[in-house]
Amino acid sequence: MCRLAAVTSREYISPMEPILALETMKEGHDGSGLGLTLKDLGGAFEKLKKYPVLSGICSNSGKKVLDDFMKKQGFKLKHEWNPKIKPVKDIAAHDHYFARVYDYPAAYKNKPMEEKEDLLMNTRLAVRKSGEPDESIFAFSFYPDVITLKEVGDPLQVAEFFGLDKDGLKAKIVLAQGRQNTNYAIYLYACHPFFIQGYCSMTNGENTAFVPIREFLSSRGFPGYMGYNSDSEVFTHILHYTTRQLGFPLQYYKDVITPLKATEIEKRPGAGALRLIKQSLRPLCIDGPNMIIGFTPDGACFMVHDSKKLRPGVVGGVKGKYALMSEECGVDSAVPKRDRSKDIFPMKYDMVIVSPQAEEVKVWNQLHGQA
Amino acid sequence: MEPATRPGIGLDHNHQLSLREFPYIIRWRDDRCKRCGKCTAVCPVKAIVPAVKGARTVTSEGPVPTPKAVRSITHVVEQVTDMERYCTGCGACTLVCPNEAIEPEYNQQNKFLHYKNKGGDGYKRGGRRNDPSISTLDRLKFTRISMLTDPALDAGRHEFRIRSLLGRIMRPEDLPLAAEGGNLVLDKKKNIFVPPVREIYPIMIGSMSVGALSPPMWEGLAMGVAYLNEVEGLPVVMASGEGGMPPRLLRSKYLKYFIIQIASGYFGWDEIIHALPHMVEDPAAIEIKYGQGAKPGDGGLLMAQKVLKLIAKIRGVPQFIDLSSPPTHQTKYSIEEAVAKMIQSMSMAWGFRVPVYPKISGTKTAKAVLNNLARNPYAAALSIDGEDGGTGAAYNVSMDKMGHPIASNIRECYLDLVKQGKQNELPLIAAGGVGKRGNLAANAAALIMLGASAVSIGKYIMQSAADCFGDEYNRCSLCNTGKCPRGITTQDPKLYRRLDSDRVAERVVEVFKAADVELRKIFAPMGRSTELPIGMSDGLSIDDKAMAERLGISYAC
Ligand code: SF4
Ligand code: SF4
Repeated sequence: MCRLAAVTSREYISPMEPILALETMKEGHDGSGLGLTLKDLGGAFEKLKKYPVLSGICSNSGKKVLDDFMKKQGFKLKHEWNPKIKPVKDIAAHDHYFARVYDYPAAYKNKPMEEKEDLLMNTRLAVRKSGEPDESIFAFSFYPDVITLKEVGDPLQVAEFFGLDKDGLKAKIVLAQGRQNTNYAIYLYACHPFFIQGYCSMTNGENTAFVPIREFLSSRGFPGYMGYNSDSEVFTHILHYTTRQLGFPLQYYKDVITPLKATEIEKRPGAGALRLIKQSLRPLCIDGPNMIIGFTPDGACFMVHDSKKLRPGVVGGVKGKYALMSEECGVDSAVPKRDRSKDIFPMKYDMVIVSPQAEEVKVWNQLHGQA
Repeated sequence: MEPATRPGIGLDHNHQLSLREFPYIIRWRDDRCKRCGKCTAVCPVKAIVPAVKGARTVTSEGPVPTPKAVRSITHVVEQVTDMERYCTGCGACTLVCPNEAIEPEYNQQNKFLHYKNKGGDGYKRGGRRNDPSISTLDRLKFTRISMLTDPALDAGRHEFRIRSLLGRIMRPEDLPLAAEGGNLVLDKKKNIFVPPVREIYPIMIGSMSVGALSPPMWEGLAMGVAYLNEVEGLPVVMASGEGGMPPRLLRSKYLKYFIIQIASGYFGWDEIIHALPHMVEDPAAIEIKYGQGAKPGDGGLLMAQKVLKLIAKIRGVPQFIDLSSPPTHQTKYSIEEAVAKMIQSMSMAWGFRVPVYPKISGTKTAKAVLNNLARNPYAAALSIDGEDGGTGAAYNVSMDKMGHPIASNIRECYLDLVKQGKQNELPLIAAGGVGKRGNLAANAAALIMLGASAVSIGKYIMQSAADCFGDEYNRCSLCNTGKCPRGITTQDPKLYRRLDSDRVAERVVEVFKAADVELRKIFAPMGRSTELPIGMSDGLSIDDKAMAERLGISYAC
């Protein structure tokens, strides 16, 4: 089972914190990969928050294609961060790892954020498409204030490989996943976390309803709903679809992926709406067992799982810093000084939401429709 | 020319058929028969008769041959060689025989169809396609078994929700929602039509009419369905078939468990329309029948011998006349128009509170109908009846040779909806051969994973709940004649009193409860319990590459 570690904090933290937390949960992953998504960036990126960052990997030939393409699209490179690669046994290095900050094309500068988001996503998809056949370019995210890093190998070694222990890279929200390879090939695009237009999530467990969900998302006519090299990518896209596309409040994500029984719905405030939501989004019911940790563009982090998850994840911390982990030892590693009795192990009706800047944590109860 | 004869021998019987041409040959045991006459009395077609035979036995006693001929008279049970009275193999005679002295035996070599066209009319019968080979549905296997990362569920303990939806489901983008204090509520101001949707059990009892079925059979099914809903909490629905419903049921609270069918003959609708103001519940849905898998292109047919008093009354017709419904709805110019207008008028009759959907026979052109419906926001579903569907009366050629297998038909329709992103908006109901070999739950689950929202059964429930004799070797298949030896498809009180409606109801309950258990046994190891795995095609495999490719599933051997 993949191990998940997320930390959300008021202060900038090093991505090493959740990676070290992953290390404490090592028993559960086989080191087949590490995925990292950083949001609300510090260090050199702090002053560049409104500019989109393209994160990815490319070969020497891919780099040239990428440079030309971005230029042609009108994106101006403002800043580039590259990890200082330290060769590590068992990790086959790619030529270039990058997080490039671009300025928007002139025509888009004053466009509303939604249009910018579409431009960014479509650009990322075009880059991905051009580099996919020969694996010359991988593009993981293209969005302001977000960096994604992925590589195959043991998480701690990958972190070392990227030099993250020495680099000044910092962020307020870090999602890290140590991959337990299941049925699907080890492939960079199969590594969590997955990101789309400000929404990000990672998952453990296998998604038994993958095919109908994938078919539903792919048929929404939204270009970003593609990929699906991992059955977990759909969770990110469902999050994006329900919150951004349909405009539902975040907690309805739970109502979509793990809908209540008809009799339970009748007792919920707004039952009429909920009944219709359940019907119309029936193919997005996940049927688990899965635990999902993610964030939304405003910086809220959440944890949710379905009723079949044998062991819940855990959320613990102090005001200003919370850890959302698949195992408690991970929380101990990330926020050792906390009141452990306040740790939250969400049950089947719960959705734990940590507000932006790790201000407070709320458990929203699906049965009652309130926190 | 005179038939050839030889002096002293008489006719050579060359104008007669030999028993070898017959589909079933009666094995009668002289040594066991006690000549009670029960078998010949019960035989629905008079295929066997008591006969008197003269026997000549030559005996000889002593060491020297001194032949003595003894002539005696014996009574036998004899099978007639008249094609109009062929033995159907039903086995009613075996059932009544106190000494196990008689039994029909299937005759592979028969040339039944060569002869069953007397008077220049093709062979008509009831039942379903006589094809005993293993159907596609029975070749589908569930191969995605949850292991390790997604532990399989416990079919006995885990909570399962095996439910489906019947009705037009709105696109999520179109839902009339408004935010209110961080919650979503229905936005009444938007004044958007929200189509009616029912939560149903994914196996339903398909259309079999009051006229086709005997009163105890229909009653038994109806009671079973009501019990399943009210006591067992399984929302099983049952379709009425063409020909109306018992008037009391129309006015009862149980109407909500029934789908009323309207077909091209509109039989029974006078009564239904008059009952409308007195209805205390809405029906589950209205099914508009355009076609039937067993006899594509044919209308309904209720033979005169089945139109007795009660049926005549419910249908609003005189007694003892053939009731045939035209192949298409004659009042409308084109099928597209017919569908749209019928859906509209039926919806209107119940104030748009009842889902209305058409049923068609499986066909290569199903996608055209589907697309028509996909564009019609009032169309509540599409029911497709595959070639293995049953019927009360049809030409054998229609049953055996016309129609489309359900598996690929449902699959291509589902994938077409996926292409349009409407796979959740228009539920597909699959019928025709579900449970043909007794694998009700497995067939249902396979069709669901191919894309059906629900399946419909007919012949299966007749067999399992009322012991219908029919099978794919043309056994019995007398449903059209009014002489059903089981009392299932007859209006003759002498015959239907054999059938106990309470027992039928009991069996219906048992069948659905067992199917529910089996569905769990299928879904649990696949890790599915919360939502019906509609379109979960990665769960299926088949041992034939071409079939796998056609169905878009994996090949496993
Ligand atoms: S099997 Fe049926 S049809 Fe044949 S002789 Fe017996 S009762 Fe008659
Ligand atoms: S038993 Fe009755 S219903 Fe069954 S095949 Fe014979 S006539 Fe038809």
